[in-house]
Amino acid sequence: MDTFEPKIVGLFCNWCTYLAADLAGISRMKYSHNLRIVRVMCSGRIHPEFVLWAFRNGADGVLIGGCHPGDCHYIEGNYKNLRRFLLLRKLLEQVGIDPRRVRLEWISASEADKLKQVVNDFAETLRELGPFGTELPEEPVLDIHPKEEAVS
Amino acid sequence: MKKKVAFYWCASCGGCEEAVVDLAEFLLDALEQIEIVFWPVAMDFKIEDVEQLTDGEIFASFINGAVLLSDQEEVVRLLRRKSQVVVAFGSCSHQGGVPGLINTHDRQDVFDYYYHNGPTVQRNGNEMPTPTGAKAFHVALPEYYGKARPLNQVIEVDYYIPGCAPPPNVVKDALLQLLSDSPPPRGTVLAGAHSLCSECPLNETKPPEGFKIKQFVRPSQVTHIDPDTCLLMQGLPCLGPVTRSGCNALCIKGHMPCTGCFGPLDGVRDFGAAALSFLASLIDSNDEAEIQRIIDEGLPDPLGTFYMYSFPGSLLNEVLQKGRQKARAWREREETVEAQTTENQ
Repeated sequence: MDTFEPKIVGLFCNWCTYLAADLAGISRMKYSHNLRIVRVMCSGRIHPEFVLWAFRNGADGVLIGGCHPGDCHYIEGNYKNLRRFLLLRKLLEQVGIDPRRVRLEWISASEADKLKQVVNDFAETLRELGPFGTELPEEPVLDIHPKEEAVS
Repeated sequence: MKKKVAFYWCASCGGCEEAVVDLAEFLLDALEQIEIVFWPVAMDFKIEDVEQLTDGEIFASFINGAVLLSDQEEVVRLLRRKSQVVVAFGSCSHQGGVPGLINTHDRQDVFDYYYHNGPTVQRNGNEMPTPTGAKAFHVALPEYYGKARPLNQVIEVDYYIPGCAPPPNVVKDALLQLLSDSPPPRGTVLAGAHSLCSECPLNETKPPEGFKIKQFVRPSQVTHIDPDTCLLMQGLPCLGPVTRSGCNALCIKGHMPCTGCFGPLDGVRDFGAAALSFLASLIDSNDEAEIQRIIDEGLPDPLGTFYMYSFPGSLLNEVLQKGRQKARAWREREETVEAQTTENQ
């Protein structure tokens, strides 16, 4: 039987974590292939809606990468992201999504090793959790009729 | 000829009907131009009267409430066929509203709570409501879907009037716009275009740039709210900055923070995410443990705070639905594979 391979969406800041991924590539490091990277200018740019869209479009986990505290290129973008992340995680937990599906890591431009570790570890966690939605209680499928169109 | 108008209510509290009555004298003026052909809460028309109309004969149907029961679905579908324009009236039909929070619970749990476990429930023997109901009187109970849906998930909706309930000035403006010779483009939300702060009387006292909140408080936790200072400055989680304007800041004038009943501004898909984003970034701390503490103490119920009126129509709800579908598909696939392996053995 084929095993489940999670899809991870990585939202990485341009100045630190994205460069770490770049370095990992240049150094020919091998890490889990489950990651799909989206580059943003700053982790402070990451709106909670981005994370929701990732899940909506088939992600099993979302990894947010930013600069270490105090190192933000825009001074405090990563702090803003941290605050939003914590509140979003609480919301997701409240509606029944496993909070381990979202992860925030501070990875600087030189920490390709850390990136490799984090991605491998996150992929392993998600393999254990199964596809997104596994943890949600099952519900009977509603017999929803097609929408009624307007009279032309 | 007078234009025919219908009103209907689905899963709602009745406040939206009150909003129509609140039009007062204007309703009398409007009756020069319109003729009400269906309004179960106030006038004695039957469903047969609507069925006898030709398709598209009604000019506009104003439907409030979320769709929760099978009879509500039937009636709104009928009204869609008979109407040129369907207007979702009020928060519940716009985005799902307060009854929409039922979607976070299981159908059976809701039933058990209301008929067994609720603290105020006193049962007589084993009496239970059944879908066939009291047959002796030839009545049948409608089916309860267990999920509330905003109107646009059931039928095509042309316009939205937001609010819980929509204030008279919004309803009046909307009616005038609809009756005018150049109605707004379909899909328009008939209220303000800017955020509530733009018309808030406390806007002049709005926080300076870089303002932070050390502690969130709920209105019930404070004994005194300064009526002349922006509520955010006082730590009250007011959602005005991300909420559509139009109500003239009614709640704030009553010293209560905005809870977002007018829904998101144009171009925002998920009201709750926008509200969460703006409020979280105001937290005054850079330390993870302290931020967590401020959140846990001040915002213990993010779903109820940010999705009070918008859960069924939100992106978050869509995420949950997709997740369930995905998990179901995966389970089915695993079962087939398992069955095949046993067969091969």
